[in-house]
Amino acid sequence: MDFPLFHLDFMGNRMLVAVIAITHVIINHALAVGFAPLVTLLEFRGYLKHKTNPEEGKAWDEMARKLLFIAFIVTTTAGALTGVGIWFAASLANPASLGSLIRVFYFAWFTEWIIFVLEVVFIMIYFLTWKKSGESSLNKKKHILFGLWLSIFSWLTMAIIVAILGFMMDPGSWVEKKSLFTGVLNPLYIPQLLFRTPVAMMMAGTVGLMISAYVLKKNNKWRNEILRYISFWILLWMPVAAAGAFLYYWHIPRAMIGNLPVALGTQQFQDWYGSLVIVAIVVVAIGFTIGILGTIAPRRLPKHLLIIPVIASFLFLGTFERLREFIRKPYVIGEYMYANGILVEEYPLYQQTGILMHTPYSAITEITEENKVAAGEAVFTIACSRCHTTHGISSVVRKFERMYASKEPLNAEAMKTYIKSMHNVRHYMPPFPGNDAELDALAEFVAHQQKRPRKLDGPQVKGVDVKEIVYEINKTDK
Amino acid sequence: MISAFINQIPVPKDIPLPLPMPEWVLIVVLVFSFLVHILFINLMIGSSILTFWYEIRGKKNNDFDRLAREIAATITVNKSLAVVFGVAPLLSINVLYTLYFYSANALTGNIWISIVPWVAVSFLLFYLHKYSWDRLSDNKPLHLSILGVGILSFLFIPFIFLTNINLMLFPEKWGEINGFFEAMTLPNVFPRYFHFITASMAITGFFLAWWFGRKQFKTEGVFNNLSKNWIRKQMLNLALIATGMQFIFGPLLFLTLPSQGITWTLFWVIMGGVTIAIIVMVQLWKLLNDEGHLLGKRFFIVAGMFVLLVAFMGTGRHLYRESTLQTHKEMMAERTAAHWEAVRLAHENLLLPPVDGDVAIAVPGQNLFQTNCAVCHAANTRLVGPAMAEVAQIYKDNLEGLKKWIKEPGRKRLDYPAMTGFPHLSDQQLTEVSKYLLQEQWND
Ligand code: HEC
Ligand code: HEC
Repeated sequence: MDFPLFHLDFMGNRMLVAVIAITHVIINHALAVGFAPLVTLLEFRGYLKHKTNPEEGKAWDEMARKLLFIAFIVTTTAGALTGVGIWFAASLANPASLGSLIRVFYFAWFTEWIIFVLEVVFIMIYFLTWKKSGESSLNKKKHILFGLWLSIFSWLTMAIIVAILGFMMDPGSWVEKKSLFTGVLNPLYIPQLLFRTPVAMMMAGTVGLMISAYVLKKNNKWRNEILRYISFWILLWMPVAAAGAFLYYWHIPRAMIGNLPVALGTQQFQDWYGSLVIVAIVVVAIGFTIGILGTIAPRRLPKHLLIIPVIASFLFLGTFERLREFIRKPYVIGEYMYANGILVEEYPLYQQTGILMHTPYSAITEITEENKVAAGEAVFTIACSRCHTTHGISSVVRKFERMYASKEPLNAEAMKTYIKSMHNVRHYMPPFPGNDAELDALAEFVAHQQKRPRKLDGPQVKGVDVKEIVYEINKTDK
Repeated sequence: MISAFINQIPVPKDIPLPLPMPEWVLIVVLVFSFLVHILFINLMIGSSILTFWYEIRGKKNNDFDRLAREIAATITVNKSLAVVFGVAPLLSINVLYTLYFYSANALTGNIWISIVPWVAVSFLLFYLHKYSWDRLSDNKPLHLSILGVGILSFLFIPFIFLTNINLMLFPEKWGEINGFFEAMTLPNVFPRYFHFITASMAITGFFLAWWFGRKQFKTEGVFNNLSKNWIRKQMLNLALIATGMQFIFGPLLFLTLPSQGITWTLFWVIMGGVTIAIIVMVQLWKLLNDEGHLLGKRFFIVAGMFVLLVAFMGTGRHLYRESTLQTHKEMMAERTAAHWEAVRLAHENLLLPPVDGDVAIAVPGQNLFQTNCAVCHAANTRLVGPAMAEVAQIYKDNLEGLKKWIKEPGRKRLDYPAMTGFPHLSDQQLTEVSKYLLQEQWND
């Protein structure tokens, strides 16, 4: 509307955001939140053993350092960049909403940033001073303390992000209270944290176990004991993660009843909700098997199969992450701004006068027979393209075909009726923001796209049309 | 009332939310945090180029290889700080220039988002380079090419940022460019770029002079022949030469700035910066000729001068941005005000197109049907759901059954999707819509 709207016609903007966000969450949980305490613990263990058997202490210390090395490499590259990348992607996908959110959440994000800086500083100190710390027992103690700080700050970063996400999921609270604390009060906040913390520990354990199994040579005298220790770590966290998952699972529908109209309790949600149990059972079973096997007979751990628990634990988190997909709402900011970036308050204007005349980024003001399809494209861009593509993922054409259960040419009249009240029956979609002529053009565009599929390029490829907007300056305001 | 007519300049509406802090605070945060960010970026780019240079020279003289390695070690920290310190200015520019920044981002979107994987991969290359130094010691061409690819990325990525920062200043160009590469060739991107790279070299030279000059830095056991003094001199020389070159790139940048943003204040601020730059040059020169005291008091005076210089240039940069956008910001404010006035009128239904005088809907329930059911049901044809004429028959004498279905539909026709339920309708509404459904003549 007020921005040129970046558009990816195959993968869709939401997918772009999702891919970057999920990558970030996985790296953050597995290699930061869970890894920092695991590595610190291993180092501490090495420190204790060092007193009685220096050689053994060194072996533990060395393994801990190597684990941290990998975490350091991944978190300071892909981890940090996907973190910033969420911003980049979200501001491309929905500039109006990010622009508004940032005004509301500036302080929250600023705090988050400061903690993030500290986290990075600690991981650098922790990693880069490792070798030096072996010089004396005092240095080692200090070093272990840094590990502890790193663990705390990594966890805090996660806790704040969850609060921000929780806030965004909670419709209406911003308009009423305008405070971030409602995010913490979100009924899913505590269950989420209780779920994420042990899952992060478990994920770190599976990754740590896999790496150690590869790094430690067969002839290393302490290989078995280290593997046993990490397996035991997994085994310990497993029940906590399972309990956390159950708690979260149990809370989801209860917390959501107020949120999503039950009409939305669609097949998809039911399927997903049902599959959570299965995924949880499978993952817990795998985790227990590996944990027990590793604890009892670390020598028997099948090195090449250790990737399985890693993937399983990632899937575990990933499956739960889908929740956000179901709590999606027509709003990006509860009762204030719809997901298409248009304010609730502006709707009457656009519905009465049409939306195209208000955007500088379409050459069209008046819809005629000749420019109807082009106008439809512009309307689609404003009203639907934040969530739909023409023929890619979440394609409108296919959505309509599937809904009418036919591949016959789409009926423009039927589509018009549907779009006009789609928000009543599909609560995740905002109301159509334009007037009747624009509705007509949009239906025509969809029908046309079905007949002659054509890729809809975003402004990053084909540029934008710009028009002169005539507006009246109200002198009395000055 | 007057009408404003704007020529092909997009005038969007501003975001109608107040800034989270007074504007000047945000500006201070922006300018300051940006300079910190760019300092580390400079160090990261400058050090990587120097690493490359000394590693090549290291083929003949092993000392240089070790020097390269020492320099490479600083990149690890500097690049991480560069990223984290980038977040604060990013947040601040997003808040202060939302409309401008995001529009520029969208217009160059593919390349803009590619920053994320690209920077991640180049960082990985730098790690690979750093940690394979021993292993690849007998395969220098490969080792150097890893670094080379990383450096090429580092040299290109600033273009993406500069292009965006430049594009956001010129809304009148937004309608003209198609994609990133056209935006990159707008005047002023290249002069900005050279100015920036040269600054990287100057700052890195100065930083490394300090780094290798520190007491804690021991040359014994690291180098065979290189002396501390020699390294410091090299680095200061670099700083001096690069600062000198800014007297070419600086004016070039200034002269290619589109004139609409140039004001006298800006001119004097830049001149202030230039004056300090001259003092810095002189002091650097003296420092170089002052054998033995390379890190003395004078060094820290020069450091202070550098900070001042950067502060001047940073302020100038901000002033230019502000004055370039001033007119557009005013237009945007006017348009936003006009828009909200129109929204107000719309809320009073003053902008509605004339209605054809349709009769008001008489039957209660018809309204409900139109808004809730007509989406999927038509009178005589299949839409999403079956035709009304067909289903009205099923419930002819079964009002309760119909109400029950609407509230919680079951699954019947397997070639149809499932119907959504309407549990939020009240009992009365259910009755009304059901009655309407049963009484209406669908077959007409
Ligand atoms: C807030 C994001 C959003 C916007 C904006 C949006 N939609 Fe949707 N739409 C969705 C989602 C989510 C679905 C469900 C996808 C699924 O179930 O896989 C959907 C489904 C649909 C369906 C299929 C409905 C069904 O019953 O199966 C159609 C048709 C549709 N959208 C058309 C449109 C049109 C036309 C527009 C623009 C006027 C639009 N949408 C705007 C998010 C959106
Ligand atoms: C999202 C689309 C949709 C909406 C909205 C919708 N329906 Fe349906 N309706 C269907 C579908 C699909 C079927 C067929 C379901 C089946 O047979 O499994 C259906 C079936 C029916 C039936 C036939 C039930 C039977 O026993 O055969 C009735 C009656 C009905 N709808 C009434 C309504 C009423 C009244 C409303 C408005 C309050 C409504 N529908 C809204 C899609 C919809």
